[in-house]
Amino acid sequence: MLNEFIREIKLSMGIFESNSDQTYGVLAEFSDPGALLDAARETRKAGYRHFDTHSPFPVHGMDKAMGLGQSKIGFIVFGGAIFGLALATWMQWWMGAVDYPLNISGKPFFSTEPSTPVMFEVTILFSALTAVAAMLAFNGLPRPYNPLFYSENFRRATDDSFFLHVGASDDLFDEEDTKDFLKSLGGYNIEEIKDLGEANATSD
Amino acid sequence: MANQPQSGEQTEYYEGPPTMVKGGLSFHEITNLISHHAEKKTPSAWLAAFGVASLGVVLLLTMLAYQVWNGVGVWGNNQPVAWGWPIVNFVFWVGIGHAGTLISAILFLFRQEWRTSINRAAEAMTIFAVICALIFPTFHVGRVWVVYWMLPIPNQMEMWPQFKSPLLWDVFAVSVYFTVSLLFWYVGLIPDLATLRDRAKNIWRKRVLGFFSLGWTGANRHWRNYEKTYLILAGLATPLVLSVHSVVSFDFAVSIIPGWHTTIFPPYFVAGAIFSGFAMVVTLLVISRKVYGLENLITLDHLEKMNIIILVTGTMVGFAYITEFFVAWYSMVEYEQYAFLNRAIGPYAWAYWIMMTCNLIAPQFFWVKKLRRNVTFMFIISIVVNIGMWFERFVITITSLHRDFLPSSWGYYSPTIVDVLTFVGSFGLFFFLFLLFLRFVPMVAVSEVKGVMPEADPHYYDDHGDGHGAGTPEPATTPSGGSS
Repeated sequence: MLNEFIREIKLSMGIFESNSDQTYGVLAEFSDPGALLDAARETRKAGYRHFDTHSPFPVHGMDKAMGLGQSKIGFIVFGGAIFGLALATWMQWWMGAVDYPLNISGKPFFSTEPSTPVMFEVTILFSALTAVAAMLAFNGLPRPYNPLFYSENFRRATDDSFFLHVGASDDLFDEEDTKDFLKSLGGYNIEEIKDLGEANATSD
Repeated sequence: MANQPQSGEQTEYYEGPPTMVKGGLSFHEITNLISHHAEKKTPSAWLAAFGVASLGVVLLLTMLAYQVWNGVGVWGNNQPVAWGWPIVNFVFWVGIGHAGTLISAILFLFRQEWRTSINRAAEAMTIFAVICALIFPTFHVGRVWVVYWMLPIPNQMEMWPQFKSPLLWDVFAVSVYFTVSLLFWYVGLIPDLATLRDRAKNIWRKRVLGFFSLGWTGANRHWRNYEKTYLILAGLATPLVLSVHSVVSFDFAVSIIPGWHTTIFPPYFVAGAIFSGFAMVVTLLVISRKVYGLENLITLDHLEKMNIIILVTGTMVGFAYITEFFVAWYSMVEYEQYAFLNRAIGPYAWAYWIMMTCNLIAPQFFWVKKLRRNVTFMFIISIVVNIGMWFERFVITITSLHRDFLPSSWGYYSPTIVDVLTFVGSFGLFFFLFLLFLRFVPMVAVSEVKGVMPEADPHYYDDHGDGHGAGTPEPATTPSGGSS
């Protein structure tokens, strides 16, 4: 139960578990974003769930094609914003009116008006920090080791090529069948990715 | 690349906005064009420029050390003008930073795709300008070693910062602005650092880039959260950037000094900040695009759009100058009226008219299409605008202070050589950082530029292409386009 849950979480981060013979998955290259989008749609239709696409830029419509919902980052950031606002309000009230009240030209020790700029800035600060932290957490980054880095060809995923990777952890995964399936979708340079767990996966 | 959408007969198939990238570049060519500047051997021209900028940094450090050792008295600040060049320079540098955030955040929210080829450099400019800005108030406090008293950190006096002071709001506004700008810039950099990592040959280069690119693989499961975060950061940076210069203007507007105590200050300062910032972006990009051969990415169209923004914001600033005069007259407050007359015809009239000429009149040339597409002309105007905007802050700060309510306390302010050299040194630091950026970081957001190309739209391949649609098994000769 717990393991299943962890697997689902890792899947949402794009981290797949390799199977017993250290196979991480099968990688196929596609010629353009259009082909990749079609392939992703077909892969999902065929019943695969543990797969991901890799492209040098976000491909419009891919979330829908892969069956991924809206990113949840927004809700988390809202929490961060509320925390920042509360912290700034409490800080200014406690420091100015409780811990060390100081009479400045007879002004109130605490009032909303002069506290607004700092409240605003701290709210923004915590929202932004939360957004980036949540993005990294949801994406499972930083991730220095990734079996995909073993593939020489995969380096072009950040340049001009488009990849679809089916994880070995998928129920439908079968080395030969999956390879044939990806080939039938128009994939080429199809290769099997091994999770060897060595350091410096990208080094020559 | 025969069937680029902008080449004649193909145009009718494409229903999106006009292309941002000229010259029919493929994805791979764009990667090469930008990345190789961060990978090639250090050019000697860069080393020469870097050497000059480093001298500026040395000058800045020397002047700051001299100031710390001797005290703030080495500057021209004194009664009645207690805020001299340091505050002028602070507001000047913070203002310059604003264009970067405007380009990266506000234009992103408005889906202005032309921002993609200039946002990286503009954001870098923001960060470096804010660093330069922070130097001045930091050392202006006099005892720089206790500057942490401005932050809510427990100290030996058991006292806390005074949250009712606009100067403290400024501490929060500018430091939050710096932090958020840096985050925004870094998040934007991650995919491009991964591109550089995957191209790296040298093991150490691979490791350093691998560290900073966080293991990015361009996975769609990542892009999903990444794009959302980027959108949220843009949404946060937009009110932030408007707030920062508003808070800076509170430093003046919340006081009771004639000429400062006006409600027009926040919007007027923000418009001025965007105005000067865009001028600085034009100055920097006109040079960089030429030196680095990026004319196809940072096109004349981009520069023209920035010049239009300079024209609009410059006119807004000019309008604010005139409104101030009107309100001073209309208010019937003697001191307010005197403060503005004194600006225009008093001892600092020379500064006032430099400001008026550079900020109100100079950008008006951009009404002419030919002039706003002329690279040399816009370069000159962009420098004129920044001179004008520096003088705007000079006029606001100095003229209001040097003659206040009591004629017996009137005075005339002049900077010292230390003031001048510190300011010159801050330019050294700015260019020092900017040159490092040009040398080691992709100066154009590679993934974002690719993302706004028509070839990045999956539906581009529905009508286009030559049979290389989905289901074509063999690799295309140019894998980027599917069009050979």
